[in-house]
Amino acid sequence: MSKHVLLIEDEPNIIEAVSFLLSRDGYKVSTHSNGHDALEVIEAKQPDLLILDVMLPGRSGFDILADLRGRETGEGIPVLMLTARGQTKDREMAQRIGATRFMTKPFSNAEIIETLNEMSLA
Amino acid sequence: MSRDTLTGSRIRERRLIQGMKQADLARRTEISASYLNLIEHNRRRIGGKLLLRIAAALDVEPSALSEGAEAALLASLREVAAGYPDHAIELDRTEDFAGRFPGWAGLIQGLAARQSSLEQTVVSISDRMTHDPQLAEALHDMLGAVTAIRSTSSILVETDAIETEWQDRFHRNINEDAKRLTESSQALVSYLNSEVSEPQEVTTPQDEIEAFFMRHAYAFNDLEQAADTQNAQDIITTLIAEAADILVSTSAQAQVSMHLSRYWRDVQLLSSKALLDEISKVGLDPAHIAQTSGVDLGCVMRRLASLSGNALTPLLQDAGYALSEEGLGLVVCDSSGTLTFRKPLSGFALPRFGAACPLWVLYQAISRPMIALREVAELKGREIAHFETLAISTPLTPPQFGAVPLFEAHMLILPLASVNQNETRTRPIGTSCRICPRENCQGRREPSILASGL
Repeated sequence: MSKHVLLIEDEPNIIEAVSFLLSRDGYKVSTHSNGHDALEVIEAKQPDLLILDVMLPGRSGFDILADLRGRETGEGIPVLMLTARGQTKDREMAQRIGATRFMTKPFSNAEIIETLNEMSLA
Repeated sequence: MSRDTLTGSRIRERRLIQGMKQADLARRTEISASYLNLIEHNRRRIGGKLLLRIAAALDVEPSALSEGAEAALLASLREVAAGYPDHAIELDRTEDFAGRFPGWAGLIQGLAARQSSLEQTVVSISDRMTHDPQLAEALHDMLGAVTAIRSTSSILVETDAIETEWQDRFHRNINEDAKRLTESSQALVSYLNSEVSEPQEVTTPQDEIEAFFMRHAYAFNDLEQAADTQNAQDIITTLIAEAADILVSTSAQAQVSMHLSRYWRDVQLLSSKALLDEISKVGLDPAHIAQTSGVDLGCVMRRLASLSGNALTPLLQDAGYALSEEGLGLVVCDSSGTLTFRKPLSGFALPRFGAACPLWVLYQAISRPMIALREVAELKGREIAHFETLAISTPLTPPQFGAVPLFEAHMLILPLASVNQNETRTRPIGTSCRICPRENCQGRREPSILASGL
């Protein structure tokens, strides 16, 4: 059975490219593009894997992840965080609040597929 | 050493430049070589006919020997020296140096000015790189476009059997993102270029507000004269409209409107004339003025900050303050510590971005509401400067049962000419950690960019 990936990202063309890529690799993909109600969407969809952008309109990915990890239903979801800023402090922050993996934009297709495959096997 | 004793140094310098022996100059001016030696070492005063004879012998204007380096040059040299306390600089020979080597002294003055300008540019650029939302937004936009292009183009190149519909869609996306990337790059280059050429360009609402108040020297005579609230509101509207070139954002316009409305309310409680009358009676004592005027201390501090140095100086002769035209400085913050109003002073800069120095008495006031606090603060810049800082935290809202009041804190900044001998202690403080050179500070949040880089 294919794994369900929820991609929360505000760049429509990144959403389209990554969705296409993951679908071709056998994932079931759903998407969302703002931070306001991201938690509710995660709760409703209960994905196997979550790809979460840090800079989202309405609410930052860090805040969303911190809240998600505080909820019983969100504790175990593997989360790949995407950011346009590669600073160490962002990476440390992501790890501290419970991100499974962290990736800096721009990333390669092989990189994101490989990372998700590793996360889904873990 | 007073300036008029340096004529000898200048004579010696001129003679040496011309390669003339002391004995030759003595002979030409009809004095003994030993007497000329005493003159050249500033151990004999010189003037009158002998000065004219020496000037003629050296083929220079007498004024070139009698008029030494300008006071500004000497002040600059002392200021530069104060910035390097670890160097054994012969401060007692500053005038001698400037008199004998005016070119070198001018060069040091020029280099110091250039260093100061470069430091300001570095601080400004560093602030923007770290805190500027416009820059962060531009970079985020560019990296988003680059990511989309990279991912989409990889799909097109690496996917063998891709449907025509998807191909068309991805080509269109790449085209869109390439255009967006071009526009973002051009905007970023333009923005950074303008930053380099115009480092003081107004860019954020706080910058806009500060530029507006600086244009008006933090005082609004029209509002002082307003007949009633409606008239005051009309004046405020006009002031904001006339500043359309700097008050660009609606946020800045709204904040300026709030500040000016409060200014008008303050004027109703304590006019400039009444305030100056009080100062002439009791001196610069905000607590006393608040008591006798029946207004709160925060209001008195705001009113004092609106007075110019020219108005205050005649009333505060020999009071120990180093008042310039700027008058007094003022900082206001809310309960979160965010600065909501800033009137900086020379030597007491206020951070444009990020948090201020946690050692300010302003922040002590937040944790000790309704207690008037005073500290003499020591700021380390090119030279050490002292300021009397007075702070109070007062409720912003009237008390209500069951409601927690909001507080705001004021800190009035008074430049001191010197520290009073009776002062029990002074507190070393800074502006903000990023540009503070103090080492081993318990309040430090981050390393200073001035500590090693400059």
